[in-house]
Amino acid sequence: MRGVAKRFGSGITALEAVDLDVGRGEFLGVLGPSGCGKTTLLRIIAGLSEPSTGIRRLSLETNREGYASAGRIGFVFQDPTLMPWSTVFDNVLLPFRLARQAGAVARERAAAEIRSVGLAGFERAYPRQLSGGMRMRVSIARALVTDPDLLLLDEPFAALDEITRMALNDDLMRLWDSRRPTVVFVTHSVFESVYLSTRIAVMTSRPGRIVADLPIELAQPRERALRTSPHYATLCATVSRHLAKAMAAGTR
Amino acid sequence: MTPRLAVRQTRARLWRITAPLAVGAGALAIWEAIVRLEGIPPYILPGPMLIAETLWTDGPSLLGSLLVTLRITLAALAAAAVIGGGIALLFSLSRVLALSLFPYAVILQVTPIVAIAPLIIIWVRQPFLALLVCAWIVAFFPVVANTTVGLNSADRNLLTLFRLYSASQTQTLRYLKLPTALPYFLAGLRISGGLALIGAVVAEFVAGTGGTETGLAFRILEAGYRLAIPRLFAALFLLSVTGIVIYLLLDALSRLLLRHWHESAIEEENE
Repeated sequence: MRGVAKRFGSGITALEAVDLDVGRGEFLGVLGPSGCGKTTLLRIIAGLSEPSTGIRRLSLETNREGYASAGRIGFVFQDPTLMPWSTVFDNVLLPFRLARQAGAVARERAAAEIRSVGLAGFERAYPRQLSGGMRMRVSIARALVTDPDLLLLDEPFAALDEITRMALNDDLMRLWDSRRPTVVFVTHSVFESVYLSTRIAVMTSRPGRIVADLPIELAQPRERALRTSPHYATLCATVSRHLAKAMAAGTR
Repeated sequence: MTPRLAVRQTRARLWRITAPLAVGAGALAIWEAIVRLEGIPPYILPGPMLIAETLWTDGPSLLGSLLVTLRITLAALAAAAVIGGGIALLFSLSRVLALSLFPYAVILQVTPIVAIAPLIIIWVRQPFLALLVCAWIVAFFPVVANTTVGLNSADRNLLTLFRLYSASQTQTLRYLKLPTALPYFLAGLRISGGLALIGAVVAEFVAGTGGTETGLAFRILEAGYRLAIPRLFAALFLLSVTGIVIYLLLDALSRLLLRHWHESAIEEENE
């Protein structure tokens, strides 16, 4: 995207002059304080919201209106956003159902995806019977079931406890590693973004801008041991410094 | 579940049934005692024993009348569910339609049915249909109001998700808005159940013996004129029981449909 800005009718400028390129197969962490327009950025990338100025281009399969074809983009919200009246299986099958492709192949895909997020045996459970972490896994399975080229995550683990969060980080890492979709992961946790990303974009608030673009050169696949390594600590410190600078700039 | 917890729950359930029954029995006993001690004549206030006796002797003929009223009530309730649900659906599809028609639904709701029932009875020649229309006017509003709210309450993020997957309007309605609205619709229907009965009774009061069959409401009126107060009470009793049964059935239906997911239908012991 080039020079993307977004102003709302209320006069709030959520984004200003954002230039951002995301390469195929990259895991981009978008880091910034809350209210810095990260969600708006994701919505523009997803095509759910049009930029006020600037252009956004996706090199994905598109439909007639120029939007990404259904199922090429997966989206995970901060809340699991499941349908409470449907079972885990039906929730994961939803993208196929909406594409009118809920046949035997799709059912097999949904079942496989549920297994791959570690929820085998819970297919017939209802969301309310699951813990917060398990619900989030269902949400991730639903986003991945169509094998999207682009996966957008909007602070997906912010509401979870530290232990669940770490487990989900490892699972997300593993899932990404096995298929390599392009990922844009919005978070306000420095540690999480360094652990997961191949690159981090640091944002400021009001108006939202990208102030730093840092490659994170760590070996793949990443494992738990990394969390305690000195190299990881140094990287976290660097990123924290950039974030602190961004926040100081934002409040000025 | 531990055995002790099970015992406590069984005891709690027992209390829920026995406590109201004890209060009822006590009240009836006091009533009977006052009637006997004060020597109140039955045409002013009959005792519960006499009412029970009347219920037994007049039962068959009263039950026949109850059936007439019940038919109107259930037909009105069904019409409230179908037409009320349909109106709410139209409202959710078109904002213009909702804005322009909703005030009239409110007007129809707040106009006392007693005042317009005579007109309806004149206009609609078929007596059953006339009574049905009256009862429907009283009963339909909660369904419309509740279902409209329900259809507009779909989770914003889920709506976004549906857009992302290029869901059609029909799909959004079928997979998202209708399930969201179901608990609201059922809550409306429970209110409408009681109102349909009230509507049927009021309409019968106004219509008198308009038809060939006499409903329970007319029997109450008639019993009042003839000072057959025990029969009046017996008919009243049947009417109350009918109302309670309708409520319980709708409540059970609601629980059955929502048992898997809605907070209102989930037993505490599952937590």
